Amino acid sequence: MAKEEGVQVEGTVIEPLPNAMFRVELENGHRVLAHISGKMRMNFIKILPGDKVTVELSPYDLSRGRIVYRYK
Amino acid sequence: MIRIHDADSVARIRESARIVARCLRMMAGEVRAGVSTLALDRLAEEFIRAEGGEPAFKGYRGFPGSICASINEEVVHGIPNAARVLRDGDVISIDIGVRKAGFYGDAARTFPVGEITPEAARLLETTERALQRGIEQARAGNRLSDISHAVEKEVKRGGYGVVRALVGHGVGRELHEEPQIPNYGPPGQGPVLRAGMVFAIEPMVNQGTGDVITLPDEWTVVTADRKLSAHFEHTVAVREDGPEILSRLDAE
Repeated sequence: MAKEEGVQVEGTVIEPLPNAMFRVELENGHRVLAHISGKMRMNFIKILPGDKVTVELSPYDLSRGRIVYRYK
Repeated sequence: MIRIHDADSVARIRESARIVARCLRMMAGEVRAGVSTLALDRLAEEFIRAEGGEPAFKGYRGFPGSICASINEEVVHGIPNAARVLRDGDVISIDIGVRKAGFYGDAARTFPVGEITPEAARLLETTERALQRGIEQARAGNRLSDISHAVEKEVKRGGYGVVRALVGHGVGRELHEEPQIPNYGPPGQGPVLRAGMVFAIEPMVNQGTGDVITLPDEWTVVTADRKLSAHFEHTVAVREDGPEILSRLDAE
């Protein structure tokens, strides 16, 4: 079968949560729980409320995702 | 979540998978120069229905055929076509899925047409061996990527390219279930395997690059360098005492 990757969508960080999790409001208005990708942690990319980010959604649970990019 | 099937469900999946296996055996006798892939498709559909099953691919996301018939540089998802006629020296990958009583079986095999080159024969042997290596890792307590890693190791040993854009998958109540099973990667990653999981393990191996392209028909996947590709697949159940190949004929 064809490999299915997570869908990427843009969003804005609403609030920080413990364990490097964030609540993110997506462009479509949905709010998801997102953690930050390991690569972003390694490079100490800080995320603050109000930041524009790219979130990769899990194909199985659309209410969760991982932040893969923070816009400057 | 990866579905855990009870013994009764596994038996039903086995029944569907055996139909696939018998159908592939029948195909082996029909593959020869001069036959069109549509003719093979018709024979397979007739066979599957006579066994009380339905071709699972037909209509799946709009796929028009009952089987996937992919010749030479075609990796998978070739659409059966009256104008595609087998020639001596071709290799053809036939992928078949059967649904019976709500349970799915899925398997594939690459067949030589007449005399093929030693290089092509080696590709087929390596791919089948890679599948075997993957199946051996489908045991309770292992992790999912142990399967992926075993497949990739065998492919690399043969000096071939492993297709990364396509993956194996869980199978049973649906044709495609969780998890996705890549044919590459480090060992020891991913979920721990448990008895009752059922997987379609399917290495796709290319003579040249592992990169693939989807043709404008939106189905047929071909190798990026148009070199040969092979595809072997089995439906495999994880059992307490090791893997069981459900899409196999030996036990009959």
